[in-house]
Amino acid sequence: MRKASTDLKTNRGLLAVYQTLLLVALFAIWYVLTETGVLAPFFFGKPLKVLEVIWEWFTGGKIYPHLAITLIETLLAFAAGSVLGLVIGLWLALSPLASALSDPYIKALNAMPRVILAPIFAVWFGLGITSKVALGVTLVFFIVFFNVYQGVKEVSPVVLANARMLGASKNQLLRYIYLPSATSWVFSSLHTSVGMAFVGAVVGEYLGSAKGVGYLILQAEGVFDINTVFAGILVLTVFALLLDFAVTKIESRLLVWRPKTAETEAM
Amino acid sequence: MEHAQGVAGGAPALALERVTCAFAARGSEGRYIAVEDTTLAVQPGEFVSVVGPTGCGKSTLLNVAAGLLAPSSGRTLVHGALLAGVNARAGYMFQSDALMPWRNALDNVTAGLEFRGMTKADAAGKARAWLERVGLTGFDDRYPHQLSGGMRKRVALAQMLILDPEILLMDEPFSALDVQTRQLMENELLDLWSADRKSVLFITHDLQEAISLSDRVVVLSAGPATHPLGDFAIDLPRPRDVAEIRMSPRFVELHEAIWQVLKSEVLKGYAQSKH
Repeated sequence: MRKASTDLKTNRGLLAVYQTLLLVALFAIWYVLTETGVLAPFFFGKPLKVLEVIWEWFTGGKIYPHLAITLIETLLAFAAGSVLGLVIGLWLALSPLASALSDPYIKALNAMPRVILAPIFAVWFGLGITSKVALGVTLVFFIVFFNVYQGVKEVSPVVLANARMLGASKNQLLRYIYLPSATSWVFSSLHTSVGMAFVGAVVGEYLGSAKGVGYLILQAEGVFDINTVFAGILVLTVFALLLDFAVTKIESRLLVWRPKTAETEAM
Repeated sequence: MEHAQGVAGGAPALALERVTCAFAARGSEGRYIAVEDTTLAVQPGEFVSVVGPTGCGKSTLLNVAAGLLAPSSGRTLVHGALLAGVNARAGYMFQSDALMPWRNALDNVTAGLEFRGMTKADAAGKARAWLERVGLTGFDDRYPHQLSGGMRKRVALAQMLILDPEILLMDEPFSALDVQTRQLMENELLDLWSADRKSVLFITHDLQEAISLSDRVVVLSAGPATHPLGDFAIDLPRPRDVAEIRMSPRFVELHEAIWQVLKSEVLKGYAQSKH
């Protein structure tokens, strides 16, 4: 048994085949249960109908503008949230007074379930993409903020002292030491923050919008079209996986200087 | 073997005058006195080593000389001028890794020049020459984690020397290296030093290292309230090979004399560390 499981782990091709089979099996179970009426198709949809909806979306081109909107919202929320988190994180980490002053408020804002801000953003910014970006920003900001804060606090005192001995001014310390250290922490939280930006975009759309994949799901739910709801969920899932894959690629580019545990020392 | 020790009337390159460093004690009120009433001078071109038992405040002393730490009382003079802030005429080589992990070897060496406003291209040219001098040709684009401990020390050496500081402050720079690499690095340091005779304050707990490198060895007492106990001139001929010179009778003599002073302090330090 043990040997078989290690074989599977090492043989990536075989593993992929089994993983695909697992997916197919799940769909088959779903199909059988809904066809035989064990699960009511009204509540659980029908896998073939769901796939049909997805097929029509992509061949008919109906889905693309919605996907584009959701992607734009995600990217904008991620960018704005990261920049804000970076700037405010650096500022608070380097200014003890500001940090002490704002500490309880930061904690309170972070503890608040920020999804409840969505209705307010809808009122403030309307049903366009701005309100979704705003919601995503509130989610991304805190992840980046805390990582930057941590990153600055954990700059090695020796590296810092060394830079000072090499003649770095205060501004140069910020640019050459604190910023790279902080951004490396931001990069290492990239997966979480991109994921959060995505959640903000979709939840925002779902709570009130005129475009986006969340909007499609909302519309379908309104007319009890459960197949379309499932289709939307599947599309979003695959989309999220692609996003995560892209982040992994970017991450390995940006963090080349980071030691990998498995890497042997050169020479 | 002449060098500029005690140039007539000239101020020492570096002088600590009656320096005392007290820190707030952990856990209890009261103060922990790390260094007490220490006076120490390095003449221009002189290589001075400070030895003492582990944890005796040697690094504290060096941080004062670097201007990274303000003493509780006493003062630091650099070429006769009172030191305020970071010592701009000194280079500092740290005991632990001080390279920026997000910069490759070349960019680490150029850092000091960039801080001084030199363009990246000009700095890179000089840095390549320095990497070559410390024996790291072809390692420009390696990040610190891709280099061995000895190579990282070489990068740190180049990073410090490229700025051509008048005073070198070295805090057990080779203590983390294995014996062979260490002796290689010590010889290279002596080679580089003999080219332009900078003033060096070298901290170590290794007496052999201290004697083989220095013109003068200062022995510190065990902490707390560390202070100098003895000051020995090392009259071994230069140029030296750190491995060979350890066999010479004069070396053994000096080692014996200094060890007499150091031994009781090491035992004291050891007894304290057991508590």
